[in-house]
Amino acid sequence: MRFLQNHPLFLEKVYRSTSALLRPLRRWLIPGGAVERVFVETERLSKGAIFDCRMCGQCILHSTGMTCPMTCPKTMRNGPCGGVRPDGHCEVFPSMPCVWLQAWERSKAMPGYGEEILILQPPVNHRLKDTSAWINDLNPPVPILPKGW
Amino acid sequence: MRSGSRLERVLRSGRFAVTAELNPPDSADPQAVYERALVLAGVCDAINATDASGANVHMSSVGICALLTRAGYEPILQVSCRDKNRIAIQGDLLGAAAMGVRNVLCLTGDGVQAGDQPEAKPVFDLDSITLLHTARTMRDDGRFLSGRQLDVPPRLFLGAADNPFAPPFDYRPLRLAKKIEAGAEFIQTQYCFDVPRLEEHMRSVRDLGLHTRAYILVGVGPLRSARVAEWMRTNIPGVVIPDEVIRRLKSVPDPKQCDECKRICIEIIQQVREIEGVSGVHVMAYRQEELVAEIIEEAGLLPRRWQPHYQRNLQTEEVFE
Repeated sequence: MRFLQNHPLFLEKVYRSTSALLRPLRRWLIPGGAVERVFVETERLSKGAIFDCRMCGQCILHSTGMTCPMTCPKTMRNGPCGGVRPDGHCEVFPSMPCVWLQAWERSKAMPGYGEEILILQPPVNHRLKDTSAWINDLNPPVPILPKGW
Repeated sequence: MRSGSRLERVLRSGRFAVTAELNPPDSADPQAVYERALVLAGVCDAINATDASGANVHMSSVGICALLTRAGYEPILQVSCRDKNRIAIQGDLLGAAAMGVRNVLCLTGDGVQAGDQPEAKPVFDLDSITLLHTARTMRDDGRFLSGRQLDVPPRLFLGAADNPFAPPFDYRPLRLAKKIEAGAEFIQTQYCFDVPRLEEHMRSVRDLGLHTRAYILVGVGPLRSARVAEWMRTNIPGVVIPDEVIRRLKSVPDPKQCDECKRICIEIIQQVREIEGVSGVHVMAYRQEELVAEIIEEAGLLPRRWQPHYQRNLQTEEVFE
């Protein structure tokens, strides 16, 4: 399913409609219950197959060119590090193309959310690991941002 | 001036700044730090204390900074997110500031795989940008990331790195803008061996007006030979050395390559100095501090007007504050 990542425009539409679909159901999407367990598995299967999702529980795929920043060996969420090789590969794993190079190219093909790649992303909240990002987006069980951010 | 940093004062006065990197010793002897600092102090405005660069363990940057401030030098504390989480980093920032450190360079850090202990656990709890934002929150809002109040906030001049030589070239200026938005006030770039690429980058930087919001210091440094150049570009993350440079080095006989390297470095400094928006140079040389001093002198960047700490406080503080 990884090939889908090369169709960011399509994925952007899927994101927009999923988002619109879930928002009215907000009241039932409560963290910590059976609903969340179903969501976690659904997300693990769907986003896992397409994006190699690492279940950080705070999805920003639409802001990073529909490319999962957590697959970067340094889990960079704010852009590529300075170690990108001249051939566009990763400094850590020379055989792997840089995740952020892909994110940047794909975001250019996203008229709706493409600009969001310029947003300053806060640090990852590690308490949300292995929870449902969709539920956390609507009803976060804990504040996602640190108080001082 | 919020920081009380000498580097900030030099940059604000409009003088062309020079910073240099101190190679951290693999030793518990403070003398090793002082010997290296002595060579650098007279020729630069601030000394970078690296934080296990290339993921190789050496004396810690906080330790080096503590020694340097004790002797009245002006260090730049490099903080990498590879080895410490947000709790350790915020504590280090306070500790460093308490010891008199006024400059911090916020880095993400090279992956552990680049170093001598690739089996270590990579942390990367923050990245350079969230680290900058955190340091700025501590300084300006007087609180930790958790929101807890600080009794006395650290006074820091915040810096970040930039690599104009790594792809994607069209995103690099935008990433720099992000770093400045997060709090970077000075920028030190990766080694520059490709001046036309830098010029192109600086054009975009000027178009975005970034050179007026942060001081940009271009990284330069001598190679040692064609062989070392080849080794560096394959082994040090982010270092890009064009083939022309290597060809030029190979065209001179082995014993003269070192002089040629020095000449290249001085030429690059002189070219970089002419680029609009460049506020200084950051000289790095792997285990060759004496060469750095020679290069800075021969590039016509002296005198640096170094003054010991106590005199500085008496004379210039009121003028610039």
